[in-house]
Amino acid sequence: MYARVLFGSSLGFHIIYATLGVGLPLMIILSEFMHIITKDRHYAIMARRITKGFAILIAVSIASGTIVGVLLSLLWPGFMEMVGQIIALPFLIEIFAFLIEAVFMSIYLYAADRLSPAMRLGSIILVAIGAVGSAILITDAHAWMNTPDGFRIVNGEVVDVDPLDAFFNPSFFATALHVTVSAYMTAAFVMASVAAFKLLKRNITKEERSYHMKGLKISLVLGLLMSLATAANGHETAQMLHEYMPRKLAAAEGLFETQSYAPLAIGGFTDEESESVKFAIEIPGALSFLAGDRFDTEVLGLNEFPKDEWPPLFVHTLFNVMVGIGTLLLLYSAFLVIWKFVLKKEFKPWMFAGLTAGGPLAIIAIEAGWCFSCIGRQPWTITDVMRTTEAATDSDYVGLLFFLFAGLYIALLFITSFVMRYYFKRNPVMKDLQLEG
Amino acid sequence: MEASIIAITILWSFLYIYSMLGSLDFGAGFWGMIYGKKNNTGASLIANRFLSPTWEVTNVFLVLFVVALYSFFPFAASMLGVLFLLPIGLGLVLLTIRTTFMVFSHSVKRYGRLLQVISGITGILIPALLVSILPVTLGGFITMENGHHELLYGKLLTSFTTYAHILFGICTQFFLSALFLADYASVSKDPSAAQLYRKHAIVAGPVTIVVAVLTLFTLEPEASWFLTNVENHLYGFGMSLLLFLFGYAALFLKNRDGQRGLFRYAVVFVVLQYGFAIYAYGSSHLPYMVYPHLTIEEAFTNPSMFYALLIATIIGMAILVPAFYLFWKLFLKDRRYLEQ
Ligand code: HDD
Ligand code: HEM
Ligand code: HEM
Repeated sequence: MYARVLFGSSLGFHIIYATLGVGLPLMIILSEFMHIITKDRHYAIMARRITKGFAILIAVSIASGTIVGVLLSLLWPGFMEMVGQIIALPFLIEIFAFLIEAVFMSIYLYAADRLSPAMRLGSIILVAIGAVGSAILITDAHAWMNTPDGFRIVNGEVVDVDPLDAFFNPSFFATALHVTVSAYMTAAFVMASVAAFKLLKRNITKEERSYHMKGLKISLVLGLLMSLATAANGHETAQMLHEYMPRKLAAAEGLFETQSYAPLAIGGFTDEESESVKFAIEIPGALSFLAGDRFDTEVLGLNEFPKDEWPPLFVHTLFNVMVGIGTLLLLYSAFLVIWKFVLKKEFKPWMFAGLTAGGPLAIIAIEAGWCFSCIGRQPWTITDVMRTTEAATDSDYVGLLFFLFAGLYIALLFITSFVMRYYFKRNPVMKDLQLEG
Repeated sequence: MEASIIAITILWSFLYIYSMLGSLDFGAGFWGMIYGKKNNTGASLIANRFLSPTWEVTNVFLVLFVVALYSFFPFAASMLGVLFLLPIGLGLVLLTIRTTFMVFSHSVKRYGRLLQVISGITGILIPALLVSILPVTLGGFITMENGHHELLYGKLLTSFTTYAHILFGICTQFFLSALFLADYASVSKDPSAAQLYRKHAIVAGPVTIVVAVLTLFTLEPEASWFLTNVENHLYGFGMSLLLFLFGYAALFLKNRDGQRGLFRYAVVFVVLQYGFAIYAYGSSHLPYMVYPHLTIEEAFTNPSMFYALLIATIIGMAILVPAFYLFWKLFLKDRRYLEQ
């Protein structure tokens, strides 16, 4: 029990920093790139300031990543035994991606003044590639847990291992793309939140305003593009569920009876007694359409599966939160982009106020998405192959460690926000703007 | 060579790299703390200048070791998971504190000193925890209770050999980092810092060797199989001792500027010294991973996974060599960085 809570909270903590670690390099690249095109020094300052924040976040990302990496090995020995035999490849390659990221991160941070602009851009691009690469590879391991492939089990022994089949398991491409674009989307909205928050203040100078406005525009456009991509690819991911993990899809939508023209339930709570989703808005046929692009697609219901293999039914809410936030951010950023670039009107303060919520919401969506994916797989750790109880350690010290780590995470959340605030208060944009003015 | 032997050799190589880099990293953190009090002594600048760009790469090698261990030897998972959850878990907490505080100390100058001290102290505790695993793998600290392996924490905490191992780890860390920083300072044209670190190295070197030999005598009776194996690999340990003497002697020779200490030679000899020692130790450890419960053959993965991993390792390393070379040029050689 504690093993699951410990591991879930460690990942939930790591993912906040890791997602930004994947997304922020793209924002830095964009700023550097804009600087090269427009020669506007605001973009150079922007790149430098994002980098500073990134350097603080990445330290926590690496430390917490080291924790999850090692804890994974210690807490789930049964699982690791399988992983080592079948899906060790992405784990190992991932570390090489980390090494590339780490080497070029140091170069970008500490040798920036000795590099030519082209080499600077080159090294931050390699950082971004390393970060995306590591995200995709770890996601591959996760995708394999959802849709295991590349081996057979005979008399409890793993045989006929094909590492490449395991690597390119059925859900790999959809899931990897989803994780990548949602990380970019999150970083863009976090940036937009920061800029919008600054623009809400009254007493900022004209130059500051113009600086933050530039940041806002880049991140808004990127946010819109990435939320379109996330939604489109989320649709593909849902079809993947329909094909390979119907049990999870049924739980996501609280669907008990197998049916065509299945409705999509938005909101509400899945009720086991009445076999329905209470207080939900139902859109007739929409689930069938989501799953198979046709309204008459037959969608399997929970009753097709033995009850002891049902995931917890509250995953419906997790799924709603993720999709809801995705839709909301998509519509809102589309509205703002049309307002600014098509209608060519000035933003109003309430628009900034709305946008400040974007970053936190995107992070909540990320958390909800992962929790949905992992909890929706229950009671299996590896779908239809290994149950969670078989995977866990039987060491007695897990409870103790849980409290230690939980304390550590909470402390770190506070300390990082303190350090970020302290640093950026001490070094306000004005200082950077004036320095080279 | 047998596949499992190739795999364990790769693993020992990663461990070797990490123990070298880790010693430098943790040691430099310690010296940075000691000399950081008086703000601008060259010694602390040198330590921090080395540490800033390198800790991240060092940390990845730790993860690389763990992942490679579980990838090549998946059947070790259940035993290692149960045995080492607590010590490694504690080590992780400390490592997190150290890493984050070290990085944060650059951003918040007002609390910088406090953060630096905490990260310096945790930098000594972590290697101590990591090294305390070694005696466990040699035997005598594990019981079987109704089908479960249990680590005898009481015995481990009260055993002399545990502390001998820990002492050895810490001495190694001081010796390697002092030696390396002396070289680094001398390349950075800071002779006074170089001489300071040279003095530390001169003391730490022989102490480390003496502790290492004494540690062998403190082993538990259950580990006598290991001593027998050590006798069969004496040439490796002998080479190691010889290289140490060469390296140590280099500390007393005069360099071009008329100062004592041919640091570059000393570093190379001592790194080779540890190389020989680690591989000799590794071969003496065969065929067991954890005596007497687990051999490497029992823990080894299947052939198709092994070849896939081997190819991935070779390609990964091939891609990384140029990257490391660039890194080396920019941070360990470039005069503009070193003399700023
Ligand atoms: C900003 C974050 C974000 C947003 C807005 C969305 N997602 Fe998502 N989603 C994720 C972030 C995410 C994630 C955290 O990255 C997950 C968790 C596991 C995974 O592979 O990606 C995920 C998983 C995930 C899964 C489960 C895959 C599995 O269990 O293997 C499905 C079916 C969807 N998503 C579908 C959607 C749809 C239809 C969306 C409509 C807009 C959507 N997602 C928006
Ligand atoms: C999809 C979710 C995840 C994403 C996007 C992600 C991404 C990242 C990123 C960007 C870093 C920083 C890398 C660096 O700069 O070196 C990192 C560190 C790390 N992550 Fe995650 N990660 C995820 C989940 C996991 C999981 C589940 C594990 C464990 C199995 C893990 C293991 C690690 C490790 C070991 C590190 C530290 C590597 C180092 O020492 O540099 N990650 N992760
Ligand atoms: C990074 C975001 C992630 C979050 C927030 C997350 C969350 C969770 C949670 C809450 C659980 C406990 C489920 C339960 O017991 O009901 C869990 C289990 C687990 N997750 Fe994830 N997860 C994430 C990503 C991953 C990835 C990328 C992997 C694979 C490499 C992974 C592997 C596991 C394993 C092995 C378990 C334990 C076995 C199980 O309960 O099925 N997780 N995770």
